[in-house]
Amino acid sequence: MDALLNKRIRQVLKGDQSAFADIVSLYQGRLYQVCYRMLGNKQEAEDITQEAFVRAYTNLHTFDQNRKFSTWIYRIATNLCIDRIRKKKPDYYLDAEVAGTEGLNMYSQIAASEPLPVQQVEEMELQERIQYEISRLSDKYRTIIVLKYIEELSLQEISEIVDMPVGTVKTRLHRGREALRKQLKNL
Amino acid sequence: MGNCPEHIVEYMHDYLDGDISREHEQELKKHLQRCSDCQQHMHELSDTIAFVKSATHVAAPLHFEASVMAKLPKQKHRMGVQKWLRQHPLLIAAAVFCLLMSATLFSSFKDDQQFSVTKQPNLVVDGQTVIVPKGEVVKGDIVVRNGDIVVEGEVDGNITVINGKYMASTAMVTGQIEEINEAFDWLWYKIKKVTNDVFAMNGKAEQEN
Repeated sequence: MDALLNKRIRQVLKGDQSAFADIVSLYQGRLYQVCYRMLGNKQEAEDITQEAFVRAYTNLHTFDQNRKFSTWIYRIATNLCIDRIRKKKPDYYLDAEVAGTEGLNMYSQIAASEPLPVQQVEEMELQERIQYEISRLSDKYRTIIVLKYIEELSLQEISEIVDMPVGTVKTRLHRGREALRKQLKNL
Repeated sequence: MGNCPEHIVEYMHDYLDGDISREHEQELKKHLQRCSDCQQHMHELSDTIAFVKSATHVAAPLHFEASVMAKLPKQKHRMGVQKWLRQHPLLIAAAVFCLLMSATLFSSFKDDQQFSVTKQPNLVVDGQTVIVPKGEVVKGDIVVRNGDIVVEGEVDGNITVINGKYMASTAMVTGQIEEINEAFDWLWYKIKKVTNDVFAMNGKAEQEN
């Protein structure tokens, strides 16, 4: 498979755009899955996965063929997901008063909208619930948990994807597991 | 669990990562047998992992590949040309060389508008016409530029007329007669001359050896 992949990469670099289709079909499943679990939304996952492939295509000349292609393209996708998650976060001050309301600030809004009521969570189907709990993790733990337990990658591979030492990945994995444990326990 | 050593939780995670030494594993197991709180903690962590792992596989949407391919930036033709140029440096060098060479040759052709003739003792020049008089024998080659030549006597050599006419009635010319009027003919003549010179030089060199 690696030989075929490298052949396709060389073809694309020589200007044969159609050879990229095979690269997409090889990785679309894994990449979409990661994006879906990171973002928790089908439409966004599709957009970001597409964007990741377009970026991989335009930056293919920077890919070092002695390295693993999957690591490289996972990195593009997870970085795009993290950017998207951070953009979704409100960048206004939490204690600023909401326009048109008296004495109502962002804290009161978030308190009402963030974690769902226990009863509602308990009524969720298992799959919905899994996605909900993953999406409650902060993005730095979420990436590691998704790569480790959804994609079942080794700590070494994860460390290369997120470009951090294995020790840091381990710490984040431990904290991510503890965070999830607490989330599940509180119900 | 408040009295438990802090590193026990560390060992739990190392165990879950499959990255624990034998001694640590023994210590962890012993501790879990005695401490129900830690046992509970360990169970919860294992359950958490099982919980996340039970997520079903989600497949990419239909026609995903086609929509990615449609989004790729269009290939630029200019890029193709640039790539081609980069891939064939020798060809480009040769083309540039030819261009420069022909430019110098053609420019010298244009500049050479003045009448000139090879100096030979018994030639008569009348305006822009060179005459080899009757009864005279010219020994050697004659080159006439921008003029005509009329041969009435004898020439023991080649005659070359550039931008002019060769006229003869009963002439005796032992060598070749050439009329060059077009730029291309002239170019051809130049090339032939260069090769002839080269061969002549080689001949000389061989004779000297």
